[in-house]
Amino acid sequence: MTTTIESRGLTKAYDGHKVVDNLNLDIAAGEIFGLLGPNGAGKTTTILMLLGLVEPSSGEMEVLGLDPRRHPLEVKRRVGFLPDAVGFYDTMTGRQNLRFTARLNGIEDAEDRIHSLLEEVGLADAGDQLVGEYSRGMKQRLGLADALVKDPGVLILDEPTTAIDPEGVAEILGMIRRLATEEGVTILLSSHLLHQVQAVCDRVAIFVDGKVVAQGPPHELAAQQEGPTRVEFRFEDDDEGLGRRLEALGPIQSVNRGRIPGAWIVGVEPTRLAQAVRLASAEAPLVGVHRLDDDLDSIYRRYFESKEEKTA
Amino acid sequence: MTTATVTETEKEFRPVSGWRVVAAKELADHLLSGRFIVLMAVLGIATAAAVFAASGGIRDVAPNAQGITALFLKLFTVTVNPVPFPLIVFVGFLAPLLGIMFGFDAVNGERSQGTLPRLLSQPIHRDEVILGKFVAGLSVVAIMLASLVLFVSGIGIFRLGVVPSAAEVTRLFVWLILAVVYVGFWQALATLTSVMARRASTSALIPVGVWLVLALFGSFIFSAVAGLVAPRDGSPAAEVDYLRAEQAISQISPITLFQQGSTVLLDPEVRTVGLVTLEQVDRAIVSELNLTQSLGVVWPQLVVLVAMTAAMFALAYIAFVRQEVRA
Repeated sequence: MTTTIESRGLTKAYDGHKVVDNLNLDIAAGEIFGLLGPNGAGKTTTILMLLGLVEPSSGEMEVLGLDPRRHPLEVKRRVGFLPDAVGFYDTMTGRQNLRFTARLNGIEDAEDRIHSLLEEVGLADAGDQLVGEYSRGMKQRLGLADALVKDPGVLILDEPTTAIDPEGVAEILGMIRRLATEEGVTILLSSHLLHQVQAVCDRVAIFVDGKVVAQGPPHELAAQQEGPTRVEFRFEDDDEGLGRRLEALGPIQSVNRGRIPGAWIVGVEPTRLAQAVRLASAEAPLVGVHRLDDDLDSIYRRYFESKEEKTA
Repeated sequence: MTTATVTETEKEFRPVSGWRVVAAKELADHLLSGRFIVLMAVLGIATAAAVFAASGGIRDVAPNAQGITALFLKLFTVTVNPVPFPLIVFVGFLAPLLGIMFGFDAVNGERSQGTLPRLLSQPIHRDEVILGKFVAGLSVVAIMLASLVLFVSGIGIFRLGVVPSAAEVTRLFVWLILAVVYVGFWQALATLTSVMARRASTSALIPVGVWLVLALFGSFIFSAVAGLVAPRDGSPAAEVDYLRAEQAISQISPITLFQQGSTVLLDPEVRTVGLVTLEQVDRAIVSELNLTQSLGVVWPQLVVLVAMTAAMFALAYIAFVRQEVRA
């Protein structure tokens, strides 16, 4: 496994406040890596440091084997970047904007590439329209094409799915997946919308207040969680007394009413879930079981719950 | 196929001359922009009025103007009613506006459009962005001023029937360079404020404010300060000291420097920009200086103006290179 992006103890402090704190990253070639966390967690600062646009306070990093501080141009030549809230020159067409980027990269004859990229992102018809007339989602797609003009080995996407409708999100994520599997592009993407991007990422780092609180493949992270997981049991009948009977069952640690009649949210140790299901179905006709905590949102939520407890 | 791959790899390691690409794009933007067309129209109309008046005035006195060789340049320096000032004063007053117009949103315009992070993530040095923008803006200004001079010359030739001599053309050319440097000062100032101020309205107002204060109240302020430095008590000696002080202080203004430089460059008869006593001009023979001599007279002014422009651009440059991408 060759490492494409690497950082050791990467730290950025503004006036003593650590925005990114001791970050260690190892991103393999061809991997899709998600940097996930709430707004203000330090995701964008991390990205700008990797691009050589922000000077780190301390720590080491390498992108494609180069230190972005010492070889900024080589790194920028090979790394495509889609910034958060990407903007274009409104008085130029989409095609002209891409042409400008191509020239800045020293690509003389980029017409064919621009044409196929516009087609790929679904802007073939809008390519000769002024960007001023584009919708937010169209700009985002043009931004993806723009980052790909230089035929990069690494693609860094800052919040690629915000401001896009659900259908557009699926399209963008599909493109990202295809780039990684078919063209072997290494992709680092940041997002605060965990459930949207967890499906497309090979590995993620959950980033809160400048620190990585969890790192690994999304399904493993969810499985690694300590403590009870939340499960929704749905019974055929709405029975008030059922709650107390469920609470009495061994593996079940907590019981709350669900939102719809007959539904109960229970807290269970993941290892004893099968047993809990068996026992519950003996109490009343069980028609549905749904794990609520098998996505990354719960890691997120738990982190904040514990933090609130600390502050309270 | 192999050769194609080789050139591909070579390309990756050869940095692009980024400022040229930026400048080319900016130049195209400026030339197609509304502000260029408006400025060009305003300047063109005002110039036409000034030149028609001046050439009319010159025509009236031309029969008596025996021996004046630099008649053509008078087009630029003569005041004739109803236009209250000669063309070079007009350019000195209005040209800063050109620089400000092509500089005030250079950087914060990119910021507010959200194009700055994208631009800076391309493989070009950061300073090439600001250099490209400055060169493009100044090129547009040079184009405008050059066409202005050609326009004036055209009207002059048509109305006066006087063809400029080689010496006069050279003087005009040198003056044009001076004017571009002068506008460069204002453009650099506007670029600096566009780096510092987040909003384009702020970064436009600051240089416009500086320009108006210096242009409208400059002489007022300078004489007030001179009065403090060298109080007038009515004696001739004190009066001379006062005038010298005023002259020295007024030269911190690029407007003064440009006016003095223009006057000397475009009027071969002007021998000094400083104070002249009656004894000194008594029985002096009116004669013309050649260009080298004229340059000698205003050399300090020219050098200081170039230095001011360079320093102002350096400030903008440093401010931009040191600034955070996400300021």
